[in-house]
Amino acid sequence: MSTEWPLWEVFIRSQHGLAHKHVGSLHASDAEMAVKNARDVYTRRSEGVSIWVARSSDITASSPGDREALFEPANTKVYRHPTFYPMPDGVKHL
Amino acid sequence: MYAQLVDTGTSKLRSLADMSPEERAFQQRIDADVKVEAKDWMPDAYRRTLVRQIQQHAHSEIVGMLPEGNWITRAPTLKRKAILMAKVQDEGGHGLYLYAAAETLGVSRDQLIDDLHAGRVKYSSIFNYPTLTWADVGAIGWLVDGAAIMNQIPLCRCSYGPYARAMVRICKEESFHQRQGYDIMLALCNGTTEQKALAQDALNRWWWPSLMMFGPPDADSVHSAQSAQWKIKLLSNDELRQRFVDQTVPQADHLGITMPDADLKWDAERGHYDFGAIDWSEFQNVLKGNGPCNRERLAARVKAWDDGAWVREAAVAHAAKRAKDRGDRHVH
Ligand SMILES: [Fe+2]
Ligand SMILES: [Fe+2]
Repeated sequence: MSTEWPLWEVFIRSQHGLAHKHVGSLHASDAEMAVKNARDVYTRRSEGVSIWVARSSDITASSPGDREALFEPANTKVYRHPTFYPMPDGVKHL
Repeated sequence: MYAQLVDTGTSKLRSLADMSPEERAFQQRIDADVKVEAKDWMPDAYRRTLVRQIQQHAHSEIVGMLPEGNWITRAPTLKRKAILMAKVQDEGGHGLYLYAAAETLGVSRDQLIDDLHAGRVKYSSIFNYPTLTWADVGAIGWLVDGAAIMNQIPLCRCSYGPYARAMVRICKEESFHQRQGYDIMLALCNGTTEQKALAQDALNRWWWPSLMMFGPPDADSVHSAQSAQWKIKLLSNDELRQRFVDQTVPQADHLGITMPDADLKWDAERGHYDFGAIDWSEFQNVLKGNGPCNRERLAARVKAWDDGAWVREAAVAHAAKRAKDRGDRHVH
């Protein structure tokens, strides 16, 4: 019988109020063990104050082939960035 | 080094013009320093080579826990014991980051472990030498982790994203390893005559095997050229070895101990240390399985895996039962 434990993706939130960030993956037989293993593997130096784990098989990802369709439209919309708008010299707080 | 001889499956390096359109686009992205990610198209040879390289590296981390683990129960003080446990635990962590990186390429963890146990994939030759005294623990941290860092820092920029990210994490942890080793050497060298002699003896035994960690001279190796083109090897074995010698000799001077090499001398013209010839027959022999500890190391890994089988099975059974219980509750 194959006893390979399922793969989990691990997300850690650091102390500084940032969002959880993907840090890697690990094997565990269930969610509880995944959190414990994540503590040992990914937070040996106080890297985080909160852990999320999700089964890798539950994650839906965009595919590299869709890169253009998904992300190209944003490339032409430079007016979404503040640097698009030239400001006259001497105008402040803008 | 931790991956000393990686077969790329290539017999000659091809130019962009000789490549298929897919391969050409792939190589151009690598040339432009765009990272390759798990789901991107990649040539089979790139994938296979990376799996071999990353898993050699992972196995080295895990097998590397054994020589130092040998001294945990006999560390001279509680402080040294706590430090050594943390160091060895880190190495376990490094192995896990790297196995996970290899798995993104489509191999399973069980397959990787099986490759090690069946002897299909090697680990670094350095871990086939014994740790005879406490000074060896110092020498390993100082020299072996020092050599590992030298090799791993450039790999943080390698072309495969998951591998590069694992290396960043590992490099952050390695400098503690090297320093605690040097700290042990310092304590011994500032101690009694006997203690200093232990430090010198450890240096005598670990120096040459540490230089072999960088692998054979690669000037004429087609595998190295292919790996360089793919940016999964960024500096040559000889370049890294020279850097290691240049950085380490002054550290030994500070300790007041000497490398076991009569030919070692500063070459002002080159701006580097010259060093004596490496006995590559010893290296080849260790790789073939005939080092002082090859059998012992592999046997220890296989035994740990076999002894843990019931735990792995019980955990799966427990998880299945709990999932079923939850399912039953939902029905009511
Ligand atoms: Fe390591
Ligand atoms: Fe290390």
